[in-house]
Amino acid sequence: MPSITLIVNGAEHKTECASGESLLSVLRHRLGLTGTKYGCGEGQCGACTVLLRGKATRSCLTPAESVAGEKLVTIEGLAANDHMHPLQQAFLDEEAFQCGYCTSGMIMSAYSVLLAHPHPSDEEIIQYMDGNVCRCGTYPRIMAAIRRAAQGAKKP
Amino acid sequence: MKELAPVRPTDNDMQEAEQHAVEPLRHLFEVNRRDLFKLLGAGLVVGLCRPGAFAQESGRGRGEEIPHDVASWLHIGGDGWITVFTGKVEMGQNIRTSLAQQVAEELRTRISLIKMIMGDTDLTPFDLGTFGSRSTPQMGSQLRKVAAVAREILLDMAAQRWHAERSSLVAHNGVITNPSTKESLNYAELTHGQKLVKVVADDAVLTPATQWHVAGTSAPKVDGKAFVTGLHKYTSDLTQPGMLHGTILRPKAFNTTLVSLDAKEAEKLPGIKVVRDGDFVGIVAPDPHAALNAREALKAEWNAPTQISEPALFDSLRQGTDGESRRGGFGGGRETGSVQTAMAAAAKTLSQTYTAAYIQHAPLEPRAAVAEWENNKLTVWTGTQRPFGVREELSAAFHIPLDQVRVIVPDTGSAYGGKHTGECAVEAARLAKAAGKPVKLVWTRQEEFTWAYFRPAGVIDVKSGIAVDGTLVAWEFHNYNSGPAGINTPYNVANQKIEFHPAKNPPLRQGSYRGLAATANHFARESHMDELAHLAGMDPLAFRLKNITDTRLRAAFEVAAQRFGWGKQKATPTRGFGIAGGFEKGGYLATCAEVAVDRSMGRVKIVRVVQSFDCGAVINPNGLRNQISGAIVQGIGGALFEAIHFDNGRIGNPYFADYRLPRFSDVPQIEVELIDRKDQPSMGAGETPLMGLAPAVAGAIFSATGIRLRSLPLMAKPLPAA
Repeated sequence: MPSITLIVNGAEHKTECASGESLLSVLRHRLGLTGTKYGCGEGQCGACTVLLRGKATRSCLTPAESVAGEKLVTIEGLAANDHMHPLQQAFLDEEAFQCGYCTSGMIMSAYSVLLAHPHPSDEEIIQYMDGNVCRCGTYPRIMAAIRRAAQGAKKP
Repeated sequence: MKELAPVRPTDNDMQEAEQHAVEPLRHLFEVNRRDLFKLLGAGLVVGLCRPGAFAQESGRGRGEEIPHDVASWLHIGGDGWITVFTGKVEMGQNIRTSLAQQVAEELRTRISLIKMIMGDTDLTPFDLGTFGSRSTPQMGSQLRKVAAVAREILLDMAAQRWHAERSSLVAHNGVITNPSTKESLNYAELTHGQKLVKVVADDAVLTPATQWHVAGTSAPKVDGKAFVTGLHKYTSDLTQPGMLHGTILRPKAFNTTLVSLDAKEAEKLPGIKVVRDGDFVGIVAPDPHAALNAREALKAEWNAPTQISEPALFDSLRQGTDGESRRGGFGGGRETGSVQTAMAAAAKTLSQTYTAAYIQHAPLEPRAAVAEWENNKLTVWTGTQRPFGVREELSAAFHIPLDQVRVIVPDTGSAYGGKHTGECAVEAARLAKAAGKPVKLVWTRQEEFTWAYFRPAGVIDVKSGIAVDGTLVAWEFHNYNSGPAGINTPYNVANQKIEFHPAKNPPLRQGSYRGLAATANHFARESHMDELAHLAGMDPLAFRLKNITDTRLRAAFEVAAQRFGWGKQKATPTRGFGIAGGFEKGGYLATCAEVAVDRSMGRVKIVRVVQSFDCGAVINPNGLRNQISGAIVQGIGGALFEAIHFDNGRIGNPYFADYRLPRFSDVPQIEVELIDRKDQPSMGAGETPLMGLAPAVAGAIFSATGIRLRSLPLMAKPLPAA
């Protein structure tokens, strides 16, 4: 089986990768990074979102070979030295989840919103986030969490 | 292999119990005193007997052995941990937190000292399942009783140790204090080195909600950090040493038989095992990608019968009943007075039909299972609402005793009533058995949309009559197939006939869905009430209030209407307002909706929703608001656009690309009004908040356009141009 090198969360990983295997499959099954989730395999739900060159990318539709040598960030790479990223803290403060299965993808998509728009309007948030599904319906809280992170707000 | 059994819609405890009751389960919890303390270390164990069990067990030397019929129990260890055991499972509804809050409340301790062991058939007492909004009223009150008894025992122990007057001692924040001597002991110090077991009957005195300090507060989700960091392990994230990956070859249509299978090419691939057992064909592979490739290489021929397609659905449901209507008893429905006489005497009468499509739960985590056989014992990790039910399925499928099967449920990526069954667990176990190694199987979205089960479609016929002053005088309601939940009307009407007619052979596999048929029944009832208000020339709220005496339901309507500003704005052709409400599973709700209508595009957008909800004493206001708001958002899908399409045994839209789910851009401004009734028992809230949205939106569309939509989803077709 061919092998590729991926730079995930700042660390270089040389891994086996079957021809045509998705980035999602490599992250989850070969690198053990299971924070990135499978939801649909069609790029419609956003549960598998990772950052590629700062852009929210659906790892389920991305062939792993196509990102060989690229720098990737997954949910596991956001917290630094056990300090949660402000977005993670904001999701926690707003309790912006129920079952939590969509949360990794939501946070990674939210990250790309804030990269593009440090102080996003509601319309900008919706534009960036509309491809992410929360079946539990916590969208209003997720929007509140993104606004909170953008403001650098502390918990009242 | 076991056939996938049809899942029937269910309504309440008794129906559920009738369908799932299994005699041998009475003898499952056989942990003896020695095993218990071996497992958990020294300490104090308090268990609560199921009702009626205490008398049967009491002759056998209490304290030596745990009776078999313990419903729930907790352990207070010498290490300071309080471990609580319950068969309930967490799937996003937040009961891991709200149950811990209730234990902490009665034990007068901190939530952070409590570990909840949930949904593990080897460790937790038998539980029917996590459904029907029963965790809060039943498990919550059981655990409160256990904790209250434990607190009293700790007070006894402290009084004995200090030779103090027991009534003068205070338990607070995990510590017992003697105010007169200033002596204090924490619970760990009290139970250290002890091996005490106490099993009690159902008679503990509970702390009233007005005196709560931990329950009744917005305690944060206990393990929230694991979810925002991606570290929580769902079933689909688990691995076992040597674990292989499975996939299943699915037939092209339902009710198909396998005619022939050519597995030669697949079996040539490295590391591939093809498993055939009857019509079941599966692959075991070293990784999921290899499994899919091998499945592609299989050549199979299937024999598919002709099956009912979507256009014939509602006729088939109405005509294909078993001839037995269900009235009274546990099936819902009732008959009082004479509808016929009252209809003849009514000032105005109305007859209408409402329908609800098949929809899917679409939990974001699809079915998943990891199965492992070790020394003839089968262990399966899987996301299910019924761990003990799935254990039963596994036991039956593999002809092994129940005590050789263990089902463990990691906190799960949602279910909404869609994970009562163990298909994936059975399949993973079959593959693991053939492979001789642990196997993980994760269903694809397409499999979830096809081989799971659906919320039943239904047809509802309503006939009614009103007097000149708007008094409801006659009510006849027939539900075909969608189910009896929420079928009875909360409005005062002397003459009524309400019946549920189950379809004998519904075209799709159907089963439980969040709220069951209460959503369809409320849609039909509340839409019809709206039509009657119009017929009577009355305001929809005034018409409803005229026909309700139940004070809690009246309060729900009044609170929602007040916050919404009901009646302050007049509907226009582009803006409409609707209201609906009801009572189900101990919860009272009213929903007001405002819609924006664009006739040129045929579109409707819900712009604002105000919902009141009363489920008794609120245990966690923030968690409850999250549930209610989430239910409203989920309700948007079923109200406006979710529908399963099917043709001759095939699902036409088994992908998110073709099955429209509510997204960020669909979400209205949502305002939730909690009615916290501290004088009433706490009831569940996972389901009932879903029921008001669809009829409120249908009413709002009517108020703007004069178009009455009577089928869910309402926007199956664009609105006609003005």
